[in-house]
Amino acid sequence: MTTLKHSVEAEHHHGPAKGLSRWFYTTNHKDIGSMYLWFSFAMFLTGGCMALMIRAELFQPGLQLIQPDFFNQMTTMHGLIMVFGAVMPAFVGLANWMIPMMIGAPDMALPRMNNWSFWILPFAFAMMLSTLFMAGGAPNFGWTFYAPLSTTYAPPSVTFFIFAVHMMGISSIMGAINIIATILNLRAPGMTMMKLPLFVWTWLITAFLLIAVMPVLAGVVTMMLMDIHFGTSFFNAAGGGDPVLFQHVFWFFGHPEVYIMILPAFGIVSEIIPTFARKRLFGYASMVYATASIAFLSFIVWAHHMFTVGMPLVGEVFFMFSTMLIAVPTGVKVFNWVATMFRGSMTFETPMLFALAFVVLFTIGGFSGLMLAIAPADFQYHDTYFVVAHFHYVLVPGAVFSIMAGAYYWLPKWTGNMYSEALGKWHFWLSFVGVNITFFPMHFIGLAGMPRRIPDYALQFADFNAIASVGAFIFGFSQLLFLYIVIRCIRGGDKATDEVWEDPEGLEWTVASPAPYHTFSEPPLVK
Amino acid sequence: MSSEAYYVPSQSRWPILASIALFLLAYGAGSMINGLSSEESGSGGMILLAGAVLMALILIGWFGNVINESMSGLYSEQMDRSFRWGMSWFIFSEVMFFAAFFGTLFYVRTLAVPWLGGEGEKGVSNMLWEGFQAQWPLMTTPDMEQFPGPQQVIDPWHLPLLNTVLLVASSFTVTVAHKALKNNSRNNIVLWLAVTVMLAGAFLFFQAAEYIEAYEELGLTLHAGIYGATFFVLTGFHGLHVTLGTFMLLVIWLRVLRGHFEPENHFGFEAVAWYWHFVDVVWIGLFLFVYIL
Repeated sequence: MTTLKHSVEAEHHHGPAKGLSRWFYTTNHKDIGSMYLWFSFAMFLTGGCMALMIRAELFQPGLQLIQPDFFNQMTTMHGLIMVFGAVMPAFVGLANWMIPMMIGAPDMALPRMNNWSFWILPFAFAMMLSTLFMAGGAPNFGWTFYAPLSTTYAPPSVTFFIFAVHMMGISSIMGAINIIATILNLRAPGMTMMKLPLFVWTWLITAFLLIAVMPVLAGVVTMMLMDIHFGTSFFNAAGGGDPVLFQHVFWFFGHPEVYIMILPAFGIVSEIIPTFARKRLFGYASMVYATASIAFLSFIVWAHHMFTVGMPLVGEVFFMFSTMLIAVPTGVKVFNWVATMFRGSMTFETPMLFALAFVVLFTIGGFSGLMLAIAPADFQYHDTYFVVAHFHYVLVPGAVFSIMAGAYYWLPKWTGNMYSEALGKWHFWLSFVGVNITFFPMHFIGLAGMPRRIPDYALQFADFNAIASVGAFIFGFSQLLFLYIVIRCIRGGDKATDEVWEDPEGLEWTVASPAPYHTFSEPPLVK
Repeated sequence: MSSEAYYVPSQSRWPILASIALFLLAYGAGSMINGLSSEESGSGGMILLAGAVLMALILIGWFGNVINESMSGLYSEQMDRSFRWGMSWFIFSEVMFFAAFFGTLFYVRTLAVPWLGGEGEKGVSNMLWEGFQAQWPLMTTPDMEQFPGPQQVIDPWHLPLLNTVLLVASSFTVTVAHKALKNNSRNNIVLWLAVTVMLAGAFLFFQAAEYIEAYEELGLTLHAGIYGATFFVLTGFHGLHVTLGTFMLLVIWLRVLRGHFEPENHFGFEAVAWYWHFVDVVWIGLFLFVYIL
């Protein structure tokens, strides 16, 4: 026992190590969280540049800037980078920073493995991005990499894509195991499960989803690898396999994956809205159960991505109704957020603005999801810009806005300084306007029949495409303002109090701002 | 409990080194596999080898670190619980990895192949290869030139049955060794762990013999259509996991020889035992769904 105490104290007196070794060798959850967040932002800009290339080409009908094959590489890489490089690592970064502070833990449960989870990512994405410079070009089969596009007709770089996905999977699984072990085992005395902040709850469930489905993704890319190089016929009907099998296995991973990207967002918004409405969260327990229900349903709805591939009628019907069921727990959540604000003393600081925009715009994305869930109607919408509009509404003003909201909400706790509220509001309004100009017209051109993943289009879609492209550039460049705001906040600004906001709930607001390098060396007592 | 301080390890070089090793492994494997297909000789194999050697050294060093910390009593009960959660969820992730391949097998057997043969609502796909007959095991593939089906499949009641007996027996012997550890009778632990490792080795030997028989006599290969594909991917990944488990058992055996583990405190041993039981359960599933049914 004495040696144990001693080692902690010895560590406690040290601040962070000097120089680069701090980042390479660290076991500190805050360092690792920061690295995840910076990495995520770098990938967000990278994937964003690809999106702008796509939008620039689509500004006018006809081929202006890039060739169709490169266009396909851009849509593929944009999707993969945003999903695996931007959104997921951002949430893991927030989890690393906040979960130990929120549950009164000293750090993550397995700190060295934590650092490994992070450092795999830069290597994985270096390999993924290097495919752009390989003979035959980068993967060009869409982020969903359907066989046989990704097997029989794939460029040789697909092999590196497969191994990059394996590396990301290893990173995600280790990160998720770490988060689960931390939440289940490192809570301070008195922090019972039903007292956990919702961000922690949503991450617990997200981590479970990650551990359940990332291995399935590993399985499906392994089967691709075998089909391409070792003569198997999993996805080739000539040998008795089935290309549709690919879609089933992929979406068994893919649908829980989209909830992996939204459940932590629910958690963040559920932290922010009560603070700025100055009321307790309405319906805490129902929020927990709704999250768990959404996670459960995510495993039995996957084939709604495949209504048009030719499934037996009973399959279409089952997946249609199970998908519509998701609206129930999601509706509970939206209702609770609104009820939390009802008669609250609301103020509209930047985190709250992003959270409010999240509630409204995510709900729009949810409704278009309901439309897509109707199997007979989906035959019209399938693979059109309506689908693009739908998933960008849930991912950009959904997941990405929640990450921005979380970043503004916790920045003062991380840096000890307040960010510039005026610039924050500018960032919000530019993003809000940009995002809607970009994605709202896509609903219309989608319903009118414009297919997705096409570099050229018929003339009647020209106006809305031009508008969407303008919006994309507004949104894209306003993210540089975010970068400036964050750097300015790190370098100085008004000193933040420990509470930062007016009477917020949660252990993270009981520690100093900036949070000390080691938050709790002894567990705090939770009443 | 409430006044107990936490243990947070100090800085470590292993994670970043392990990331580099993993990158070399992945990049080397990718280059080598692409080289095989295009029949160019490249440096892929060397990179892969370098990555493997580096990873092996890192694993030895990193686990060595953890073992030393554990032996010098740095770990609290809480740390022990973290390891337990970690291992349990890792095994769950492995379960899901195999679930993907079992799911593939069930989908192909009950849906895809019968549809190709003209059954059911999607029977129109029979138009692709008219006259194709659905059967399982699939001996005659739709396109016999591209994917020549197997002449025969493995008889479950010879080598696979023997392997089932070996693996189930090894699950028992590792439990006997665990009991011996709890009673602190060191000689028995060493003995029963050695028996477990030998059973595992015998299993792997017979598995290899079965593969040779499949390739050389039965025409059951990776190219032999969907039956060969599912057969080899399921039994192959299981075999890889048995190999890994055997290494883990060997490490535990060597640690017992060095006097590690106490009757009350031996999570390293238990983790390996859990893993071994998991591998055993997967085999039962394989024996049932791949070989017998």
